[in-house]
Amino acid sequence: MKYYIKMVRPYMVWSFLMVVIPMVLIAIYSVTTGGNTLVNIQFTLENFAKFAEPIYVQVFLKSLRIGLITVGICLVLGYLLAYQICRFEERIQSSLILLVTIPMWINTLLRTYAWISILSDNGIINTFLQALGLEPVTMMYTDFAVIIGMVSDFLPFMVIPIHTSLSKIDKSLIEAAEDLGATPFQTFTRVIFKLSIPGVLSGVIVTFLLSISTFVIPKLLGGGQYTLIGNLIENQFISVGNWNFGSALSLILTVVILAAITLMRKLDQEEKEEEL
Amino acid sequence: MKKKKSLPGTIYIIVCFLFLYLPILVTMFFSFNSSKSLTKFTGFSLRWYQELFADAEIMSAVSVSITIALLSTLISTVLGTATAIGLSKNKKVIKELIININNIPIMNPDIVTAIGLMILFSFLKIEKGYMTMLLAHISFCTPYVITSVYPKVRALNPNLANAAMDLGATPWQALYKVIIPMIKDGIFAGVLLAFTMSFDDFVISYFVTGNGVKNISIIVYNMTKRTNPTINALSTIVILVIMIMLIIANAVPAVMRRRKKQAIIRREQTDQGAAA
Repeated sequence: MKYYIKMVRPYMVWSFLMVVIPMVLIAIYSVTTGGNTLVNIQFTLENFAKFAEPIYVQVFLKSLRIGLITVGICLVLGYLLAYQICRFEERIQSSLILLVTIPMWINTLLRTYAWISILSDNGIINTFLQALGLEPVTMMYTDFAVIIGMVSDFLPFMVIPIHTSLSKIDKSLIEAAEDLGATPFQTFTRVIFKLSIPGVLSGVIVTFLLSISTFVIPKLLGGGQYTLIGNLIENQFISVGNWNFGSALSLILTVVILAAITLMRKLDQEEKEEEL
Repeated sequence: MKKKKSLPGTIYIIVCFLFLYLPILVTMFFSFNSSKSLTKFTGFSLRWYQELFADAEIMSAVSVSITIALLSTLISTVLGTATAIGLSKNKKVIKELIININNIPIMNPDIVTAIGLMILFSFLKIEKGYMTMLLAHISFCTPYVITSVYPKVRALNPNLANAAMDLGATPWQALYKVIIPMIKDGIFAGVLLAFTMSFDDFVISYFVTGNGVKNISIIVYNMTKRTNPTINALSTIVILVIMIMLIIANAVPAVMRRRKKQAIIRREQTDQGAAA
């Protein structure tokens, strides 16, 4: 196989150019001023200082809040769904999991676009409510619409890893717990849930990453004024043209996500050590 | 897991699927509406399909999406597979370096990858358009190909290629007659992943394109200000194509397996018959 060692060279060059250098450029932009051309740049930390202004702190906190709510809802709905799917025979299980995955493959933009016609003031839900003689409800351009859109887009990313963990659990462990006198609730909290933690953690990481960085869903379902950190970054690059501040924001976003991933991995590690 | 089905559990599964599929069903349903309304069904018509095929802007976006997806899948599959094969025999330092760099685009939020590439192209003074979109797509698809092929390469017995070469095969012949057939499942998974990732992408395409080159997602993003049922018609076609692709990808291996099993059973039966 030693003949094939050289086959990594094209990708080494490619990834250096297309992955490493862009990250370096973002880092350079984030600590400099002097326009978008990198001709005469000066070192500064003011891009990060700007982030401390109340208006941006609020955007950041809102993104965090909406992201955590989305992850929470996905976790509860997704865990239950994965758990219920696991009760079926294996053949039906794999068909059900295929059904969970199909929406993931369909363009996010198209699926989010469809929510507009469901949630808008004279949309499907409100037409239905009026037919029942109820007051219409404003749902578009609220947190509710944004969260609904995010949950429906990201739920499969929670269900699949949890289902994988749950389906690996040895049935005899559950029987053993029951034989030893555990109530169904105890069996769940002490055996089933503990064994499914790896799946839960990877589901939480992915949905958190997706929901904190999206700018499409808030823009489509939250409206033009609805600003999360993703929208802020988009604005800096597309309309405002302040690449330095935009780069600083991206760097902060990356650090937050890396911190979340490290924290989750640590929790997983501690769980494993406890078992030993 | 235990296999005790419950009625509430089954109902819960159905409700979740309704939630996941609601946007898709609404889109498909209203694509056949005769009026512009996205909430009241006034009668069946294929009007929006006719308008879709007559719309030059949308049709050119469809061709951009398809050609970019095909080209980037082809190139990233070759690049990723070559890297995965070469990787397993490299020194530990290089292996870990490449794997870590490879994880950056997977772990990074799309928006950070996107602005990194956008800055890179402007730094290198490459004009934004079809070429930059293609380069960006290859760059974010390749890591997924590597992660789906590499485990298969690691599971290979290294003596196989050596045996082939001892028997007189050139390294190239050993590669495509021995190694590639044995890792084809991983390559196939990589192809499927790369194609859909590229076809679905919005965020990265949005930041790196220019000069009027748009893919389907960008068109939809620009159209959200006004309701446009031609988008529903387009969605319906995209959804059906992807569903058929996924069902074939999942059903073909299952049918093959069943055929094989039946053949084995039949052979056993005839053997038994002969023995009797």
